[in-house]
Amino acid sequence: MKIAVCIKQVPDSWAEKKMVNSRLDREGVDAVLNDLDEYAVEEALRIAEAHGGNEEGGPHTVTVISMGPERATEAVRKSLSMGVNDAILITDAALAGSDALATSAVLAKTIADGGFDLVICGTESTDARMSVIPAMISARLGWAQLTFASKVEVDPAASTVAITRVTEAGVDEISASLPAVISVVEKINEPRYPSFKGIMAAKKKTIETRDLATVGVSVASAWSEVKDFALRPARSAGVVVTDSGDGGNALATFLAEKKLI
Amino acid sequence: MSTVIILADFQGEAATKTTAELATVGARMGSVCAVVLAPAGKGAAMAATLTQGPISSIAIVESDDVAKHGVAAAADALAQVAKAKGAEVVLVASHAFGKEVAARVAIALESGIITDAVDVAADKVATQLVFGGSTTVHSTVVHGTAVITLRPNSVEADLTASSAPSETVAVTISDASKKSSISSSQPPVKGGRPELTEASVVVSGGRGTNGDFAAVESFADILGAAVGASRAATDAGWYPHSHQVGQTGKSVSPQLYVACGISGAIQHRAGMQTSKTIVVVNKDPEAPLFEICDFGVVGDLFAVLPQATTAVSAQK
Repeated sequence: MKIAVCIKQVPDSWAEKKMVNSRLDREGVDAVLNDLDEYAVEEALRIAEAHGGNEEGGPHTVTVISMGPERATEAVRKSLSMGVNDAILITDAALAGSDALATSAVLAKTIADGGFDLVICGTESTDARMSVIPAMISARLGWAQLTFASKVEVDPAASTVAITRVTEAGVDEISASLPAVISVVEKINEPRYPSFKGIMAAKKKTIETRDLATVGVSVASAWSEVKDFALRPARSAGVVVTDSGDGGNALATFLAEKKLI
Repeated sequence: MSTVIILADFQGEAATKTTAELATVGARMGSVCAVVLAPAGKGAAMAATLTQGPISSIAIVESDDVAKHGVAAAADALAQVAKAKGAEVVLVASHAFGKEVAARVAIALESGIITDAVDVAADKVATQLVFGGSTTVHSTVVHGTAVITLRPNSVEADLTASSAPSETVAVTISDASKKSSISSSQPPVKGGRPELTEASVVVSGGRGTNGDFAAVESFADILGAAVGASRAATDAGWYPHSHQVGQTGKSVSPQLYVACGISGAIQHRAGMQTSKTIVVVNKDPEAPLFEICDFGVVGDLFAVLPQATTAVSAQK
């Protein structure tokens, strides 16, 4: 089985984000592998390991696919050190500022050409937070969509996948034949820390860099446009009291004055 | 007048308030056609629950495929209705299902998409609060139909009575939209407390609880609030991950947010700083959350919260 994991390098979710020229400033902040994609990488490795492994000569391979600037090799390298076999990084100046439609087109074409059986994504990136890429990839490929999985079971022999979907709307049991696109929710697993051996091995693994011409798609300029943006006025601190035995009462009084109780 | 398609939002077989919110925003841009995706034989009954909001017409799609095949089939049906009606705008609720449906509709209609709008003006300019609510962005779709998802509880719904005429629209769900099948569905487990993202009051606990959420829960219950938790608390296994508020958890925007024993790293602020009123209880006077609170108590939450619980109870 060939498993692809779509990952994104994003600004560290602990960092303050700001806009420059109507786009998220990616230069001035620490960039990391999207937290939520770590669960996708881990799940792919676990699926491979549960069915014979993805070691050299093993029955399965796990490939990460990412679109982003050259700098995204750092995030890609992290997934390689977790145990992923190889990586494809699509990087092209024409992709700067591209929207989800363009991103999904690039990813879908790369997946289609790679002969993959299963695509695993995180539910969203912590920067854009749109949560649309897995559905878009599935729609473009015409593959089964099984998203927001809190549990994934793959049967490589039968070529089927079943998940438990957990959203605010409830819990669904969903199944499909491969090929399929799944997304996994946070805490489906505990992502492994790269071992020293893994980090050393990752240095020898290939990251294949492709430009748009190699991928073979042309990308239009974004189909949505930022007209303007503004920092919202900072909240100023209100009243802060120090508890000297009646802090709770003061809190209740505040709520009553604000008609919040 | 241009046509605005809204995907009517249901809980079970009854339209939610979100449906009226979608209609309210949609009516600014054109005449609202509400699409009701229903199992065979249920369309008329479900359409009859659309009693509020500026809805001009109702298009009923009866198909068991939507219940069986989920997001892909729903998007397929919605895109077909949007095409048939020549819609200029498609508006969908911004929850997991709605965002994924909108994503597939955007592909089907070869159109741009904007998610998580908190408002959309008559000229189709959408307002979003990004980066955890620190930045307001105005944007528009510049290609094809404007596919926009609207966050529930963001706009005041026009609740005027509606009895829009309905018609049944036939669609054919393609095989590509039937690739996955739902074998069973359970509605969300409703505890005694409101859902985190829908609650008008949220009381959250963090590292300062040291794993003991009893005081937080008691205060939440006296306020009729949902209980949230910081990432530190959920990572420590003190509270279920589904209650995490923050960048990688849920974003909440309640009338009142009470943070107890949470220092307020950017990670957490990103999920709650658009709350109307913020109250902070923390032993550490240097906790960053005090900088953005409306009212703060520097003190031990295990002393402050029980006293506040008793005091609120006495005032009720």
